[in-house]
Amino acid sequence: MAVAPIEPSKELADVEQASTKARNDTVFRLSKYILRRILAAIATVTVGVYLTVLIANMGGALDDIRRAVIQEEIANFVAIQALEDPALKAMSQEQRNEMVAQQVALAEKRFGLDQPFAIRSFRALGSAMTLNLGFADNMTSDSGSRLIRNIILERLPATLVLMGTGLLMLFFLTLFGGLALSRRYGSWLDKAIIGLAPTSAAPSWFYALFFIVIFAALLNWLPFGGMVSAPPPETTWGYAKSLAFHMIIPVGAIVINAVFSGIYSQRTFFLAFASEDYVDMAKAKGLPDNLVERRYILRPTLPPIITSFAFVLLALWGGSIVLETVMNWPGLGNTYGQAIGQFDTAVIISLTVLDAYLLTFTLLILDIMYAIVDPRVRVGEGSSGR
Amino acid sequence: MIRWSEIRQYPSAIVGLAIIFGFILLALYAVITIPYSEALERWRGGEAVVENNPRNARPTWVNWFNQENLPPTLILDSRELPETAISYTTISDDIEEKVITMSFDYEYASFVPELTFFIEADFIEKQPFVEIFWVTPNGEEIRAGEVTPGGQEIYRPTQDDRVMRRVEANSAEVGFFLDPSLAEPTPQKGTYQVRLVGLIFEEESDFEAKLVMYGAVHGIAGTDHLRRDISVALLWGTPIAMAFGLVAALVITAANMIIAATSVWYGGWVDSAIQRVTDVNLILPGLPLLILIGTLYSRSIWVILGMVIALNIFGGGVKTYRSIFLQTRELPYIEAAQAYGAGSRRIIFRYLIPRVIPLVIPALVTSVPAFVFTEATLALLGLGDPVLPTWGKVIENARSQGALFNGYYYWMLEPAVLMMLVGVGFSLVGFALDRIFNPKLREI
Repeated sequence: MAVAPIEPSKELADVEQASTKARNDTVFRLSKYILRRILAAIATVTVGVYLTVLIANMGGALDDIRRAVIQEEIANFVAIQALEDPALKAMSQEQRNEMVAQQVALAEKRFGLDQPFAIRSFRALGSAMTLNLGFADNMTSDSGSRLIRNIILERLPATLVLMGTGLLMLFFLTLFGGLALSRRYGSWLDKAIIGLAPTSAAPSWFYALFFIVIFAALLNWLPFGGMVSAPPPETTWGYAKSLAFHMIIPVGAIVINAVFSGIYSQRTFFLAFASEDYVDMAKAKGLPDNLVERRYILRPTLPPIITSFAFVLLALWGGSIVLETVMNWPGLGNTYGQAIGQFDTAVIISLTVLDAYLLTFTLLILDIMYAIVDPRVRVGEGSSGR
Repeated sequence: MIRWSEIRQYPSAIVGLAIIFGFILLALYAVITIPYSEALERWRGGEAVVENNPRNARPTWVNWFNQENLPPTLILDSRELPETAISYTTISDDIEEKVITMSFDYEYASFVPELTFFIEADFIEKQPFVEIFWVTPNGEEIRAGEVTPGGQEIYRPTQDDRVMRRVEANSAEVGFFLDPSLAEPTPQKGTYQVRLVGLIFEEESDFEAKLVMYGAVHGIAGTDHLRRDISVALLWGTPIAMAFGLVAALVITAANMIIAATSVWYGGWVDSAIQRVTDVNLILPGLPLLILIGTLYSRSIWVILGMVIALNIFGGGVKTYRSIFLQTRELPYIEAAQAYGAGSRRIIFRYLIPRVIPLVIPALVTSVPAFVFTEATLALLGLGDPVLPTWGKVIENARSQGALFNGYYYWMLEPAVLMMLVGVGFSLVGFALDRIFNPKLREI
């Protein structure tokens, strides 16, 4: 058998060229897909925020309040000034009223309240989109600032710590729980988890209440709420310990709330993908079980897992508002509760806008992850992946 | 479409159906026995409604678990006493003495939490003068106060300094019942006597007295911090929760289905427009928007229900049903319908939608509790309906009054357990329906 003359250099170059081309292609497709997604996300968030602005101003409730505040502030100011200022004192009541009216008109013009609502709503949209949130009506941050941005930034870390921990635990618990369960499906454990899946209908705060009854009130093991013990421990280690201690109930509530339905849906995905022919083929080839699991079951299951996880995340953002209120957790959700209590509409609207942003951002990141793990998007079989 | 014999194979479904049926009966019972206006009246509270109710009393059934009973509310009213308990003596021409003797048995383990006399006098110029004597079972007599009632008088001995100087306790409620022979403060058991001796200075003048010893237990559900009977809220919360959950689930599912079918059937720009709207709806923060509406406009539960529906019409269900309809559209019977000339609307409502109903009903049933919890979530943020008694408002009251911290577990747990039962009932039924309608699931 004659050995064909090898031309390694040319062939290799060809292969290399082809693979570089393919990689470039993939990168190009990926970035096109991601760019499209970003544009779509910007469009949806704009519409969403505009709807929020419209709802918040419907009936002009907010503007009426603002006009009344301006009127009262200026009238008060003039009345107090009149006690000292001889020029003001000399004015008649009518002249003074006229002056107040002028100043009110000026102030309304300054805040743009003299313009029709259609224009104002777009201006509000602009400032909301650029996160130019303005000042709170009544609330202040703990450091004393009236800027809504400061109030939110101060509270954000607490929420991120709580939600981040909860989500991480949920992600790994549901993933490995689902895998483990799909291996022994039909067992009593499997049936038990299926039976427990509907527990997710109750929100996380509901479980937090029961945990408080059991672990805080009856057993006295865990604190009723809050983020650290008072006064806060001075050492970093002590602070972390206290924080972890206070996080047990809220994180436990988040996990219990979503873990059973999560494991259930994950297990169903795994089972569905495990019954594919190529898995049988791989097993027939004699590949080790964990390899089959990793390469033939886990990998194709990732996209639906990410999608289902996205919905868990969206539900959690909503649920955290009340969970934090119940647990007295000084995060964004609790700020919502306080803003409602103090009727601080500016803060409520800002938080709502921020929520819309967070939701969009979450979905966008998931979309991009989706694009990276889903071969159909990568190879370009159409980007109708979602 | 669904046979009883099929359901019977799922014992859990029977339990679930029983729970749902129980709640429906409870809702009917509430609506029939307590008319709407009366429920509002009783929940609004106020002195006239809750005069005889104790504050923060536990439900009566806690006594089943204790060795010794906690006292219920004891009410002694001179207008309801037998003739022999009241005597009149003429002292002089225009002075008459009226003595009311009330006696009661006290066999309870703890002290009365609160004790109040309501004395009502009828006179023209000169008010009667009433002295109150408290006789304990061992015969000791305590002067429990002097009252000159002008019309309606509310007298609380524990707020009277003169009485407090005579009893050896921090409150009259403890002092009047204290057993002096024991070191631990324990109430004496036996027959107590309360004597009201009144001097009447006018011919036509008279007085009547009511002694209310507020109990530590009250009714089947206890009372809250405003003396309101929690059972009113639990009873009336049932039809409200049921109506809220069922209406929301039904309307949203139906709307999602119609929109998805329309989207799939017409395709093209209609489809992509509906898809974009659904995308936007998905990122609209639902709960925050509800909060905004509750804060700015109305907290009425029906407005909130409308908003929940409006926010979910283009919700995630549209995407799910769309993918189902995409497969259904290709089936031959649709083509056959088209061939005999069925219009678009006929195909959507008579051919597409009925086909997926079996898939949808389980999801519908399972989604009911989620809406019940939505109401509670809003109530917990202080955005509950301002007049209607709901389960969520009871939980909110309990939380803001520190019920768990103060040991009033019943206050929080009663509505929570009801909500949990709703969740369990609907989930069990939905789950079984899912298995019956979608036999494929039985294998997995």
